[in-house]
Amino acid sequence: MATGMDKQIVEDLKAAGIEYITSVPCKQLAGVIEVLEETPEIMHMPSNKEDEGMGLCAGAYMGGMKPAIVMQNTALGVVVNTLATLIQFYQIPLPMLISYRGEVGEPVACQVEMALHTKAILNQMHIPTYHFHKPEDAAELPGILEYCQMASKPVAILCDASFWRASA
Amino acid sequence: MIRNDVFKTLIPLISEHLVVCNIGAPSQELHALDDRASNFYMLGTMGLASSIGLGLAAAQDKPVIAIDGDGSVLTNLGTLATIGNNAQGNFTLLIIDNGSYGSTGDQPTYAGMNTDLAAVAKACGAETVLTVSAEDTAKAVEDAIASDQMTIIVSKCESGNVKVPVIKTNPIVIRERFMEEVRR
Repeated sequence: MATGMDKQIVEDLKAAGIEYITSVPCKQLAGVIEVLEETPEIMHMPSNKEDEGMGLCAGAYMGGMKPAIVMQNTALGVVVNTLATLIQFYQIPLPMLISYRGEVGEPVACQVEMALHTKAILNQMHIPTYHFHKPEDAAELPGILEYCQMASKPVAILCDASFWRASA
Repeated sequence: MIRNDVFKTLIPLISEHLVVCNIGAPSQELHALDDRASNFYMLGTMGLASSIGLGLAAAQDKPVIAIDGDGSVLTNLGTLATIGNNAQGNFTLLIIDNGSYGSTGDQPTYAGMNTDLAAVAKACGAETVLTVSAEDTAKAVEDAIASDQMTIIVSKCESGNVKVPVIKTNPIVIRERFMEEVRR
């Protein structure tokens, strides 16, 4: 079931002019994806893998739509090359709404392994990174989305288990 | 016929359209033959020309031709499922299938062995999928652009590249001038 926070996130994306979203699911993102499916103003085109998704976003951007990607942090292990040689090299603004698995509240031990690398990868790639830990942190989302367009860069919004639990 | 020969037959048909071209030799050969603002050259990421093409076709109405290779499609095979489930009538995917990784020394791909990319594309849900000879490719592309059906064309050609320079155009310039063509 989508929560008020899931709806607010999609509302903010819509208000920022995001018209195209691709996603690869995560349990924490299920509510957001559910709302996206019910939002006719946003074209939702699921992808099979996040690098493919970033290709779709690059195309949608050049076609005149503002894109975004919804993905899990483990996928940062998949997309390093695509971020560097497509999204950053061609300066494509791309908000990445990322579920931050492997943080406090995580039930699956293996998720911790990529959580340990998540911020390190983002730092290494000089990607502006925001971490939503408490529900009130999400108030910054409209500003982050505007900043992303201004900077023409990929921007990471990490949403951890505490954030989702407290927002439920 | 090798890829470059197929390109020569294609240029009169595609030069006025939006083209997204695969990384390496394909982009370099297209650039050397007919550099246009309406060509988007992949300079970095392997396998994403078809994804970029689909996103571009979905976002606007002009015809889009993505030129991919068999090796690149194999590296991003999931793209065929996304394309098969999100058909865009203005989208043509041309897979230059020469059975080899042309940009890296013509090593053989599985598409040149047991794997039939046209059959994979069909199984992924794409309705109009054609396998054509190199000689018949231009006609198939012309028909695909004219039709409002999304078409995937697997063009069977010989392995081989021509010697052309790397693309030195700034990537932002490539993107900006391409986007101007989209808006035109």
